[in-house]
Amino acid sequence: MTSSKWLAVLVAAVTLVIGVAACGSSDDDTSRGSSGGGDLSGSIRIDGSSTVAPLTEAVAEQFMAENSGVRVTVGTSGTGGGFEKFCAGETDISDASREIEPEEVEACKKGGVGYKDVHIATDALTVMINNENPVSCLTVDQLAAIWGPDSKINNWSEIPDLKESYDEELALFGPGTDSGTFDYFTESINGEEGVTRKDYNNVGEDDNATVKGVEGSPGGMGYAGFSYYTENEGSLKALEVDNGKGCVPPSVDTAQDGSYAPLSRPLFIYPSEQALQKPEVKAFIAYYLENVGSVAESLGFVPLTEEQLSESEAAAKKIGA
Amino acid sequence: MEAGRATAPRNRLAVAGARSTTEAMLRNQPRGDVIRNAVFAGLLLLAVAIALAGLLALVIQAFAKGSSALSLNLITNPPSTAFPEKAGYRPAIIGSLQLIAGVMLFVVPVGIGAALYLEEYADSSRWWNRLIEVNIQNLAAVPSIIYGILGLAFIVRGPLDLGFILAAGSLTLALLVLPMVIIASREALRAVPDSIRQGSLALGATQWQTIRTQVLPASIPGIATGVILAVSRALGETAPLLLVGATVFVTFDPTPFGTDGYSAMPVQIFNYALRPQEEFQALAAAGILVMLVVLLAMNSFAIWLRNRYEQRW
Repeated sequence: MTSSKWLAVLVAAVTLVIGVAACGSSDDDTSRGSSGGGDLSGSIRIDGSSTVAPLTEAVAEQFMAENSGVRVTVGTSGTGGGFEKFCAGETDISDASREIEPEEVEACKKGGVGYKDVHIATDALTVMINNENPVSCLTVDQLAAIWGPDSKINNWSEIPDLKESYDEELALFGPGTDSGTFDYFTESINGEEGVTRKDYNNVGEDDNATVKGVEGSPGGMGYAGFSYYTENEGSLKALEVDNGKGCVPPSVDTAQDGSYAPLSRPLFIYPSEQALQKPEVKAFIAYYLENVGSVAESLGFVPLTEEQLSESEAAAKKIGA
Repeated sequence: MEAGRATAPRNRLAVAGARSTTEAMLRNQPRGDVIRNAVFAGLLLLAVAIALAGLLALVIQAFAKGSSALSLNLITNPPSTAFPEKAGYRPAIIGSLQLIAGVMLFVVPVGIGAALYLEEYADSSRWWNRLIEVNIQNLAAVPSIIYGILGLAFIVRGPLDLGFILAAGSLTLALLVLPMVIIASREALRAVPDSIRQGSLALGATQWQTIRTQVLPASIPGIATGVILAVSRALGETAPLLLVGATVFVTFDPTPFGTDGYSAMPVQIFNYALRPQEEFQALAAAGILVMLVVLLAMNSFAIWLRNRYEQRW
């Protein structure tokens, strides 16, 4: 056996793999071509928040079913990572679970990328506790006392002014610093983005770990997006939040009318001015606003009110959508 | 070579015979020795069991969670958020296979080439060659996310400026596993007895002829093992791919140089695992099973290839 023969086999193997892959790609185009009409074509690159991604994916899917010539891809680099690519002109639309920040505004200016924030749905950040826990409501001050950077509270009985008596060790769960959920929670509860006690169970990007952790410990408390609560409704409780106007539970209604404060947060897409020159992106944005409502509800988000929707449409129009 | 093949079973037979003879002759070994012998064998067995238990636990857990989502859809359909019951991994599987093919195209010639230079040509008493050696070993321990940043800065943007295409992902993964291939190939080359080289050179072969006809064929099994391990690692990498542009929602089949975007198995599994909905978590578990099958298929092909060309002295 010579080495050249062996190399030949190797090359053959590699070619085979590429060949199989290439064969795969040829029949797909034809099969999709038959399903939908529309004479739009081209590709739309979307990246950004992993919270917003399911909404964008579901809308994109329906859009592609009707416009088979358009290829939409959705990435989940996170809100910050998404803006990084967006401001370099590498994506057409950025998903965001918070508003664009000053440094990112600067980067977009440098990259010559014009944009507008389009509000597409609302999320009610939900503070979840164990089913055994008798507490039903905490004030924002109490939450701040628990999650604050200097907090020494390690037992539910140490929480100031708590009506119920509950002697269980506090087990805190929350996302890591890369998460938009983390940014929003720390800002609205502790007053400054990123400021929090450090000795909580950091689950990183895996909000399901928060759910599991709270389910498993009687003194558990953790926060995540509303959908993580609705998908696990029987197995844990959502805390009501008192922002000075009485206890309000997280729900579609309270998030829509703004009474679930300060934890209901808007979710955005940022289309770029340059991308909106392309007819397929323009059509996609219009389609997005038209259809995101029904999609939002089925995925555990809070749809826009009529008023918010027309505001979003107006915002999109301003940059040419 | 035929003779070479026959010696292996003969060797094994000889060892087994010697062992049983020793055991028969030394039947009255001291008690302590007998016990130590048994304990040692037991510990070895335990090590094997621990290694297997990890894999078994993973498979059982993935099966328990993902069995509801197991269907042919997984390999024939694109991902779907609106209809999770129809969702699949097709573009991700095709993307991963292409990524791996690209990795092999790059890593096999470059990795073996570098190993050959360092083993056969470089003078290891020179300080710069030792510096290269140390650095290659260090490179193998660099976290994969660093290679992702490197890929983003130098391959996707910067000097190469390939953009967010599949080939850029391949190159990044190739750089990531290259040190592994070089190290394994060097070990394999070192295992070839020097007498083979000296014999070949004594018969008048040039160094190139010696390497091509003697050293390289003899070291192929070892090199192949290194390549298998490296490629398996590349298949499972998520972090660097996220940086160099692999996205989670791609409904068409990607191509190596297509600018429309691409996806890969681990990236999509990761994305589904993070979703709150149970359907997607089941899909993620099922995806793990699909990936294990792909990995197993690739590895068995490579192992078959290795055994086919194995050579013994």
